[in-house]
Amino acid sequence: MSDIAQFEEVTEDGRQVLRFSGPLTLARLGRLPDRLKEVSGRGMLVDVGGVDRMDTVGAWLIHRLVHDNDAEVRGADESTSFLLQNVAAADKPAKIRPDRRPAFVQIMDQMGTATALAGKTMLGLLGFFGALLVTTWTVIKRPRRFRFNATVQRFEIVGIHALGIIGLMSFLIGIVIAQQGAVQLRQFGAEVFTINLIGRLTFRELGVLMTAIMVAGRSGSAFAAQLGSMKLAEEVDAMRTIGVSPMEALVLPRVMATVLMMPLLGFYSAIVAIIGGGLLCWVSLDIPPATFIQRIREVTPITDVWISLIKAPVFGLIIGISGCFQGMQVEGNNEEVGLRTTAAVVQAIFLVIVLDAFFAVFFSEVGWV
Amino acid sequence: MSQNGDSIISVRGLKNAFGEQVVHEGLDLDVRKGEILGVVGGSGTGKSVLMRSIIGLQTPLAGDVTVFGQSMVGRDETEAKNIRRRWGVLFQGGALFSTLTVAENVQVPIREFYPRIDNQLLDEIATYKIAMSGLAPEAAMKYPSELSGGMKKRAGIARALALDPELLFLDEPTAGLDPIGAAAFDQLVKELQKNLDLTVFLITHDLDTLYAICDRVAVLADKKVIAVGTIPELLALDHEWIQEYFRGPRGRAAQATETAEVSA
Ligand SMILES: Nc1ncnc2c1ncn2[C@@H]1O[C@H](COP(=O)(O)OP(=O)(O)OP(=O)(O)O)[C@@H](O)[C@H]1O
Ligand SMILES: [Mg+2]
Repeated sequence: MSDIAQFEEVTEDGRQVLRFSGPLTLARLGRLPDRLKEVSGRGMLVDVGGVDRMDTVGAWLIHRLVHDNDAEVRGADESTSFLLQNVAAADKPAKIRPDRRPAFVQIMDQMGTATALAGKTMLGLLGFFGALLVTTWTVIKRPRRFRFNATVQRFEIVGIHALGIIGLMSFLIGIVIAQQGAVQLRQFGAEVFTINLIGRLTFRELGVLMTAIMVAGRSGSAFAAQLGSMKLAEEVDAMRTIGVSPMEALVLPRVMATVLMMPLLGFYSAIVAIIGGGLLCWVSLDIPPATFIQRIREVTPITDVWISLIKAPVFGLIIGISGCFQGMQVEGNNEEVGLRTTAAVVQAIFLVIVLDAFFAVFFSEVGWV
Repeated sequence: MSQNGDSIISVRGLKNAFGEQVVHEGLDLDVRKGEILGVVGGSGTGKSVLMRSIIGLQTPLAGDVTVFGQSMVGRDETEAKNIRRRWGVLFQGGALFSTLTVAENVQVPIREFYPRIDNQLLDEIATYKIAMSGLAPEAAMKYPSELSGGMKKRAGIARALALDPELLFLDEPTAGLDPIGAAAFDQLVKELQKNLDLTVFLITHDLDTLYAICDRVAVLADKKVIAVGTIPELLALDHEWIQEYFRGPRGRAAQATETAEVSA
């Protein structure tokens, strides 16, 4: 007896006999399955009398051998026969994995699916926006249904909790703009224009844009993940059956939070960036803060502030809708939550940048330069 | 308490708490080799938490847990792995891997512990395990989200049985199964226990299961195991909850079926 499953091939009275010995269990199989593959012979005799322990995997191997070779089993005690019967009863041919298709067909299939999906997503997003408008209208008509507490709580999470990270980011961006601007403009002896650069860039573009990216990463993703997990756990279905509209209870507070917080955060971001830029101007260009502030007020037209305040809620709307829409699309498994969360962020940032380009052209055309 | 020699799990002075809420205090329990131990108790008495403590998922505040003679409290991963390959666990919620098909779920433990098994044999093993646990062959290719509640349970059972373990932890295996399936499951566990020398730690609310297959029953109440023994032994005890549990309308019905079967 050894510590590993063994078998030997012998001939008894002209009949092929396979004599098994040792523990025939999953943990002690060793190379037995490979060796068994090489054995064949109709009507052989399989002797399991020497097996000192068998589990269902061992029984399965014996069963397969017997089945493939029309063999006969000898020396099975009570529990071995039980195991053999049991695996034999469970021997139902089944397909475990789908058939493989040719690579070309697969690629065409993937391309088709992706195209259809992209179209469906855009349509779905539009539909979702429509549904949100309808919900907003019903809530306006019946203000009692407005979830005040839920909304305020979202304000806190989306807005106040983001102040730290957005402040730090904006401060650093302000410093980078000022520093790079100063280096380049110095070549023309025009360091003073660094202030113009800081003021106009942060108010008009970067403040809102960077904030939008940050909010998409922080809150858009959170919305998708929260709603997605809730859908998986059938919480959303439970809500519906109780008569609570998920649109009112979940989506509206979140979208309102991003729409209303974005302008505040964008403005805050611009101010902090200017402080960062001002600090650098003070330290490395010797422009004192008082002069810096005065210059900023002179060179930054008020329209720049309006522009950022107009863009911000639109960006917020896009972020909120993408996050909630993708979250509500989750079906099936947890991996989907991850995929949808990624999709929410990518979609939001992409749409924000596209719209930002559109706004840039638009505002130049209307003369707010 | 009983002699320690033949017990495969032994729990001594276990204490568990979540914040203020103490779930177990001074809990002792022994599971003997080769037995099916039923664990009963009201909802929220800490049966699942007890199971999690035994398999090392929940670090107790105090007390000691030994499985296969080795302490489970504060042991490192590599050592724990050698113990883990000797048991199978069915969680109350199924806990199937949602991104894998049922067949792949069953194969996970085998792949993890026996990477040398080739794919063909792996597929065959998965197929018969799935059939054994009472699932239709078509279910093998499905993802957990595409299964019904009872099918998830069965898939979880198939995964728990994947390694042909010596020790099986089952948290409410028959909850959510149809009565025919539940009876078949009882039968399967009983026969596997007989033929594979299995030890089973079985949490259940199913009185039929208790009567049909459990060698002993442990009753969890008041933060500890208040009694362990065969059902007749428990019935002889004068404890309100135990009496109500076994002598209540459902208890009597289950008992009646059992006696009818035995005398038939
Ligand atoms: N992760 C956790 N955090 C906080 N409390 C918990 C946690 N898990 C369990 N509990 C508490 O511990 C107690 C015991 O829970 P457990 O899940 O063990 O109950 P159970 O006996 O298995 O009940 P059931 O029969 O309903 O499954 C409960 O009161 C529960 O609230
Ligand atoms: Mg439980």
